Amino acid sequence: MTSPIDIEGGGSSVVVDGEPEPKTKPEDEKLIGRSPGQLMWIRFKRDRTGVISAYVVIFFFLIGLLAPLIAKLYGKTPYTVYADERPELFDSAGVPVQPNGGISGEFWFGLEPGNGYDVFTKLLYGIRNSLGISLAVTLATVLTGIVLGVAAGYLGGKTDYVISRVIDFLLAIPSQLFFIASMPVVVSLFVSPRDETPVYVRVVALISVMWVLGWMSLARILRGTALALREREFIEAAKVSGAPPGRIIRKEILPNVVTPILVQATYMLPNFVTAEAGLSFLGVGLVEPTPDWGQMFSKAATELVMQNDITYMFFPGISMIVFIVAFNLLGDSVRDAFDPKTAR
Amino acid sequence: MTEDLVLPAPRQAATAGEPLLKVEGLTKHFPVKGGFPIRRTVGHVQAVDGIDLTVHVGESFGLVGESGCGKSTTGRLITRLLEPTSGSISYRGQDITHASRKQIAPIRSEIQMIFQDPYSSLNPRQTVGKIISGPMEINGINPEGGREKRVRELLEIVGLNPEHYNRFPHEFSGGQRQRIGVARALALEPKLIVADEPVSALDVSIQAQVVNLLQKVQDELGIAFLFIAHDLAVVRHFSQRVAVMYLGKVIEVGDRESIYTRPRHPYTHALLSAVPEVNLADENAAPRERIRLAGDVPSPINPPSGCRFRTRCWKAQDKCATEEPPLIRLSGNHEGHLTACHFPEDPTIEARAEDIVLDPALAALEESLEEAGDGD
Repeated sequence: MTSPIDIEGGGSSVVVDGEPEPKTKPEDEKLIGRSPGQLMWIRFKRDRTGVISAYVVIFFFLIGLLAPLIAKLYGKTPYTVYADERPELFDSAGVPVQPNGGISGEFWFGLEPGNGYDVFTKLLYGIRNSLGISLAVTLATVLTGIVLGVAAGYLGGKTDYVISRVIDFLLAIPSQLFFIASMPVVVSLFVSPRDETPVYVRVVALISVMWVLGWMSLARILRGTALALREREFIEAAKVSGAPPGRIIRKEILPNVVTPILVQATYMLPNFVTAEAGLSFLGVGLVEPTPDWGQMFSKAATELVMQNDITYMFFPGISMIVFIVAFNLLGDSVRDAFDPKTAR
Repeated sequence: MTEDLVLPAPRQAATAGEPLLKVEGLTKHFPVKGGFPIRRTVGHVQAVDGIDLTVHVGESFGLVGESGCGKSTTGRLITRLLEPTSGSISYRGQDITHASRKQIAPIRSEIQMIFQDPYSSLNPRQTVGKIISGPMEINGINPEGGREKRVRELLEIVGLNPEHYNRFPHEFSGGQRQRIGVARALALEPKLIVADEPVSALDVSIQAQVVNLLQKVQDELGIAFLFIAHDLAVVRHFSQRVAVMYLGKVIEVGDRESIYTRPRHPYTHALLSAVPEVNLADENAAPRERIRLAGDVPSPINPPSGCRFRTRCWKAQDKCATEEPPLIRLSGNHEGHLTACHFPEDPTIEARAEDIVLDPALAALEESLEEAGDGD
């Protein structure tokens, strides 16, 4: 039988004994394919907005990560009460004497009216705490979303029904109100109201409250994706070769839901940053003296600061706007890179 | 060049004729849910309704029929992707009808499947090497010289460049992808491959290549095939024995010659007559019969009583509605040629005195053309 079957696949370049044929073009020598992930990376690198916003986001994360180091080099801590240490810098009302909120060579971003905290280190640590909490919430929600969403989509039937109803129920709860109302409740679960609340309890309460109402959107998307993937023939092929369900989920389904996970995570993180800032602004998140982004806003909005020192609002405000805008642009670019067919 | 390849010898000398897979009374009913507010089962789609098949060692068995007649469901039942409602599937005498994943594990590697759509049967996130070595990994097969070497061998067997090992499915054409699917099925050295319309998603020139590849694999490795297709020509080229399905039942089964040249069931006649005829080179060939059916396949939720084909059959009588014809060997049939019909046709596909045109629109059109012809 003459075999006409070697027309495809490079024809004569098929080498029987495995030795490379010398005549192949240089670009054919390395026949290593580009994975969808690599293609996405190449597309992402071409997107200038995405790259710039990625640098901005990385810059913020570096600040958060290196905050203690920077503060040490700068020589101050966010907990030092300069109103007591250096009373000559403040007038009788506690407002910095020097203009623009006391900006000077020594205090780069000025001093906070009232207690006289150093704004620069306070902002560094505020970014650090806010990003840390948001990152923890994002990780927790992504993990929950993956487990419950993929389980609902892949297993289907009763599991899917139960998980979907839970998602519907939780989505019906107004999240901002729930956060505000439940934060004191959750905190009091850990500490009796008469004692002073340790910072870590507040952090854990913040993370868990936002986690409980944060995972549903991702779980829903992953459920849909897993539902569609389940019907694909490569899942059946894995079943025919005897793959256990765990392996099918790990090796066949999870690599295919990385795209929605990454895209959703880049959208979710800035949302959690603003939500956390909002809670701290309202006084149910982190409280003084723990530095926090949102809490700096609430301080800036007090009467004493508003009337005397508008500059105090600028540093947390501008830094947060830059961060949120950059992160959202990054999210858009990630989505475009993964899914180039969706025109904007 | 491909001839130089040393193909691995079949694991066991295939003793042809010995039944490999035996299917008896296989049934699959899908529940239809409906009703408000409480959803309940309101009916059943009788996708496969009691079929008997036997696939022998090293044999290629074709399964033909029009869309929705239960061919693919049968294939999925045999590979145990679906749970049969009733009936039995036995592989080498071992009953696997309701075997769990762990129970079936020892023979899992011997029954493999090739899928219809090469665009959805390969995981887009895995390299070709991973896709083909996956089944070996799952079944703990460690071939001599490592899995990678074996994958490269398999790629060569299916006519792909072994250097494609590290590529991803999206970098291949449909035909190449289907070859990767074939290589994956071969990775476990199966004894039976269920090919579910393996070429219907490919364009015609590629179809020939893939069919020839499958034929080569079948000849040289002695693998039995259950070849599911709606393309009669492909099945004729590929299969030694053929079963014709209609609405969840096998209505005629026999060797290739019997089915294609001596069919007895009216539906087989109609099916063969529907194949377009190219008759340029061989003008002396006897003209074939011409049968044009009317209407659609009845709903499998509520199939006709008795013979399922009776609603579209030109020979249907009262008996057909009351009594279901058994699948038996009719007088004048060859050994193994079974037909389920009360009033079988003559074993020939030559033209009849009068064409059978049941479609009223087509009949009217032809009549008007004839009249016009007479008028000239």
